[in-house]
Amino acid sequence: MSTAPQKAKSGAEKLDVKVTAVVPLNELVTRFEFQRRDGELFPPFSGGAHTVVQMVDGDRTRLNPYSLMSDPADRSRYAISVRRDDEGRGGSLFMHRNVKVGDEMVVTYPVNLFSLDLRAKKHLFFAGGIGITPFMAMISQLERTNGNWELHYACRSKALGSYVDELTYKYPNKVHIYYDDQKQAMDLKQLLEGQPLGTNAYVCGPKGMIKWVHATASAAGWPDANVLSEEFMAPEPGAPFEVRLCQSDKTITVGENESLLEAIERAGVDAPYLCRGGSCGQCETDVISADGEFVHRDHWLDDVEHASGKKIMPCVSRFIGKSLELDR
Amino acid sequence: MTLQFNDETFRDDYTFKNSQRAIDRFPFPFHEDSYMYSVNMEQHRGGPKDSIYEMRFDVDEHYVAEMRDRALVLADDPLRCQSLPHMTLAGWDLLEVIMVSKSEDYPDLFELHRDGDTWRWVNKPLGIDDTFTFMDETTLPYGPLEYITRQAQGDFCVLDQREENLWMDAGMITTQADWSLDFDLGMNFFEWHAPVPLAHEKGIFTRALKFLLSIQQGAPARRLNWTMTVNPLLDTSPENYHKWGIQKTSVTPENIGTKQHLRVELQSFFRLPRSNALVFPIRCYLCSFDDLMTKAKWGRRLHRVIRDLPDELATYKGFIDNRQMMLDYLSKFDDGLPTSDGVFANEDTEPALKV
Repeated sequence: MSTAPQKAKSGAEKLDVKVTAVVPLNELVTRFEFQRRDGELFPPFSGGAHTVVQMVDGDRTRLNPYSLMSDPADRSRYAISVRRDDEGRGGSLFMHRNVKVGDEMVVTYPVNLFSLDLRAKKHLFFAGGIGITPFMAMISQLERTNGNWELHYACRSKALGSYVDELTYKYPNKVHIYYDDQKQAMDLKQLLEGQPLGTNAYVCGPKGMIKWVHATASAAGWPDANVLSEEFMAPEPGAPFEVRLCQSDKTITVGENESLLEAIERAGVDAPYLCRGGSCGQCETDVISADGEFVHRDHWLDDVEHASGKKIMPCVSRFIGKSLELDR
Repeated sequence: MTLQFNDETFRDDYTFKNSQRAIDRFPFPFHEDSYMYSVNMEQHRGGPKDSIYEMRFDVDEHYVAEMRDRALVLADDPLRCQSLPHMTLAGWDLLEVIMVSKSEDYPDLFELHRDGDTWRWVNKPLGIDDTFTFMDETTLPYGPLEYITRQAQGDFCVLDQREENLWMDAGMITTQADWSLDFDLGMNFFEWHAPVPLAHEKGIFTRALKFLLSIQQGAPARRLNWTMTVNPLLDTSPENYHKWGIQKTSVTPENIGTKQHLRVELQSFFRLPRSNALVFPIRCYLCSFDDLMTKAKWGRRLHRVIRDLPDELATYKGFIDNRQMMLDYLSKFDDGLPTSDGVFANEDTEPALKV
């Protein structure tokens, strides 16, 4: 259209930040706070947004998404809370072990794939464990605009209940805590039945919890559009496999502990992405040929597309077999 | 640069005119000698100096007169600006992005002073100096969307994003190419585009929606669209079709050069940070055929595009009845020489018209 259409680089826009606080909350979860290195204010964001944190780990660059959990009205800082995953691929371990106050890092502009439906007369939140983080920002946002909300938050134990004290102190009538080790369980069926018309439910937590809330709400007659969920999936490790990138004319090997997307990036190929967790659809890639079996783990493609063998989401999905050729 | 604002009208006596600068920077929309729909998006971050692509929200010599025309339209029909209740936050988002952009891009015309939530906004061309509380509607004379778009050229569709779709849930629409906010309010992306011919079959809207849903904060996008308008009329709305539709019959071979205008829309797309809504500003630029023909390349190309356009598109764009008269006029500016690629007129290198 104009003289020189610029090709967009993959991922959201970047922000140069420094770490201003590292606050261990309990044995597993630590909060990291950032300020901009140029001294400017952060862009505003909406509750439910995440940022992708770039970690330079030796010669490897990790890009992990984390929900922004600070108050969206506070533009002086961004904060994330990271749960240490000892079995994972190492991103959270890197954050816990290596990131110190004063470190310089790069984070992306906020991206929101788990937005409040502002039409709702009431927002009903279900959090499991570290799934509390997006709700922290949503609650701050709704408090500022006198929004009607209620939180049901399941934690393993009192000791591992991140932000429980803060939430119950500030909002004693709106926050309900359930401790697994005390055999406290949500009476979900009754909770969903008692809600006024125009209520939206939101769930963030382990896969089982998300499925349970969707299924229970559906059985109680809730429209699917009124139940929103976010599950951040980290790519899972798997057996190494070889891939031919046809456009780039390169053959790469995806290592055991890296995702296909990361292997593509490591080969110097700019591939589109946003969430890196199987939900935004940006990294969708056409399969040219495949002799083997796909391990699809994304929420983006439907069952028919998964079965077709024509598409793959390289951020979370893998491949087992003889040969795979991609249009990238 | 200090802008001189035109004292001009877009109705009745139609005193609208483009200065030489306005003609030079007119966004001629055809990058080749033919036209078909495409998802012709690019990033919206600047462009050649003094072009309409340079700033986030272009302000030009028509600013004051366009805002006067908008006030007249709203006085007759307040439903041209509507915002469903859940879109108020998006209205504040838009107010913020426009005030911040204009005060940074045109510091001699606009000032924004922020002290916490107490904001002072100075708009020198319109003589406005208001202090208000951000996010408190009671401190503004209108809702945030209406307040700021009474001070910004172009139409603004504010789209809520839900269920993998976009919803026309708010807007300020007074300079539209024959569509109605009051009719489209609450519709989703496919519903409000339903009347467009050929593009659905080509899968254009499915791809365009996918692109728009993934537009992120800090990375706005833009494209051009175009149609034809008889007389320099901004408000070509269905509500007022009985007033302007008839004007299409007033074109004659003698007056077509001054009456017939190419109407180009610079459409841009911004993710709104606090609401996660999307704003879709549609900025209208008008240029008469006579003024367009002063650029040899544009003369040659416009003739070829209009000549070869499918009938469905000429009908949809509302000029099928006048197409032959347009071609009789335009053919005099097409000597058959090749044209250079791209939209710019390239006057230094493009050969002059062979007489």
